Amino acid sequence: MAAEAASNATPREGGLIAAATESVADLGSLVVDAIVGLGDFVLFFAQTIAWLFRRVPSRRLVVTSLYQIGVRSLPVVALTGTFIGMVLAVQSYHQFERFGMENRLGVMINLSMYRELGPVLAATMLAGRIGSAIAAEIGTMKVTEQIDALAAMGASPVQHLVVPRLLACFLMIPALTLMAIFMGVAGGAFYCIQIFGVDPYFYFANAQESSGIWDLLYGVIKSVFFGVAIAVISCYRGFHSAAGAEGVGRAATIAFVQAFVVILALDLMLSISLDSLFELLWPGQGVA
Amino acid sequence: MVAVSQDPLLQVRDLTVRFGPQTVLRRMSIDVRRGETLVVIGESGCGKTVLLKSLIGLVAPTEGEVRFDDQSLAGLGDRKLTEARTRYGFVFQNAALFDSLSIAENIAFPLIEHRRATREQALRTAIERVQEVGLPTSVLTKKPAELSGGQRKRVGLARALVMQPEVVLYDEPTTGLDPIMSDVINELVLRTRAGREGVTSVVVTHDMHSARKLADRIVMLYPVSRLRPGESQIVFDGPPEAIDSVDDQRVVQFVNGEAGDRLQELAG
Repeated sequence: MAAEAASNATPREGGLIAAATESVADLGSLVVDAIVGLGDFVLFFAQTIAWLFRRVPSRRLVVTSLYQIGVRSLPVVALTGTFIGMVLAVQSYHQFERFGMENRLGVMINLSMYRELGPVLAATMLAGRIGSAIAAEIGTMKVTEQIDALAAMGASPVQHLVVPRLLACFLMIPALTLMAIFMGVAGGAFYCIQIFGVDPYFYFANAQESSGIWDLLYGVIKSVFFGVAIAVISCYRGFHSAAGAEGVGRAATIAFVQAFVVILALDLMLSISLDSLFELLWPGQGVA
Repeated sequence: MVAVSQDPLLQVRDLTVRFGPQTVLRRMSIDVRRGETLVVIGESGCGKTVLLKSLIGLVAPTEGEVRFDDQSLAGLGDRKLTEARTRYGFVFQNAALFDSLSIAENIAFPLIEHRRATREQALRTAIERVQEVGLPTSVLTKKPAELSGGQRKRVGLARALVMQPEVVLYDEPTTGLDPIMSDVINELVLRTRAGREGVTSVVVTHDMHSARKLADRIVMLYPVSRLRPGESQIVFDGPPEAIDSVDDQRVVQFVNGEAGDRLQELAG
């Protein structure tokens, strides 16, 4: 039809129709590629979950991943958590002081750390430190045929390379989140009390009164989803790395960017879902 | 002389492999008989490695099929394909050893994966295989990065042989090695065959010295992009002594290592 219309049109109109047809074809191709990519990712995730229950991964691989992903990330997460807590104190103190509410700074700092900054900070650090490294390591294994070697020996690359990393991210991210929260809360309290001279009794009493175990759980639940997303996205990017140093570098960059975007999108969805869950479990008590 | 059966172990039937718009293999059919050493030669990019990976199911056919022991690889489920792969050994071009594991762990990997071997059993077998490929046992504790290219290839061969495979696939086993080390590898391939009765080998190479030394039969592939429509991708299929008497200019050019028409392309 388009070809017939183009053949009946003047040269200028024909050119426009051809260009429009080409644009629609390009757009269609982009959409198809995106759907195929999403389907491929879902299959990869399903395969990973299947292997998680099909065969216990080697203890050595899991312990190595736990150490790399959990223990070695702890210092950087603790450090950034401390600074975030102190920055919150610096940014909020003068606003709260204007209304004579500086004694309630702990409420704002603690709730922010529990519900939002603790899990997001830990996940962002994990995506940057570990996600890129996973994608680069698996990408290098792909371009040096080590993944083909695993398959050729009748071993599953997903079981050997993805499952231990998924387990490690799943198990370690709650601990990293708790560390980020603790250090952020401590950093904020230190700055408010020692630098701004806020009364420690009222600071802690108000903070304790306005936050509870649900707020802490809120952050930890979010972090588990973030951990799974980081592991699966990073491994997937590594498995689909293009050849050469440039391909591996690009896989590492894309892994971080995609994991970060997914963390933020998941953060929004989980916040809405967890607030709804709270309303369902404890109606009329208010989500905060 | 090792006996070659007439019964084919590997059968390639009308195999076509495409990656996007690029056709690498076009309607190729070939049989590999039990106990035979088939050498596949051809210029870079003609699809030798893709053919080799298709033989073990690492590359999926776009059309056609590969049959191993009369079973189509594409029709096997995950479990059966895994079982079938334990009957293969694959020597990769750059050995493809696992960087994070020691040489002993690399060699013992298939044993631990499939036979649940204990550490002692695995180490014992690793020592035997390392000695078989002429390396000192001191390499067992080293990491792949600490070995030379020739040593890595020999470790790759040791790992491929650890499960006592029925078929061994070699991807450019002598590429990047000096002539002496190339000959060592060729001798190891021959010894592997002599020491394991009935083992079938497929060797991909563009080294004519290796091809003549190892082959019962040579098959030469030609790049699809240079073929005319309907032309077969296999431009030679016969015993090694026959390759010097063919008239096909494409074969003569490859065997003698002549640039020929490719120089005109450079000029163009």
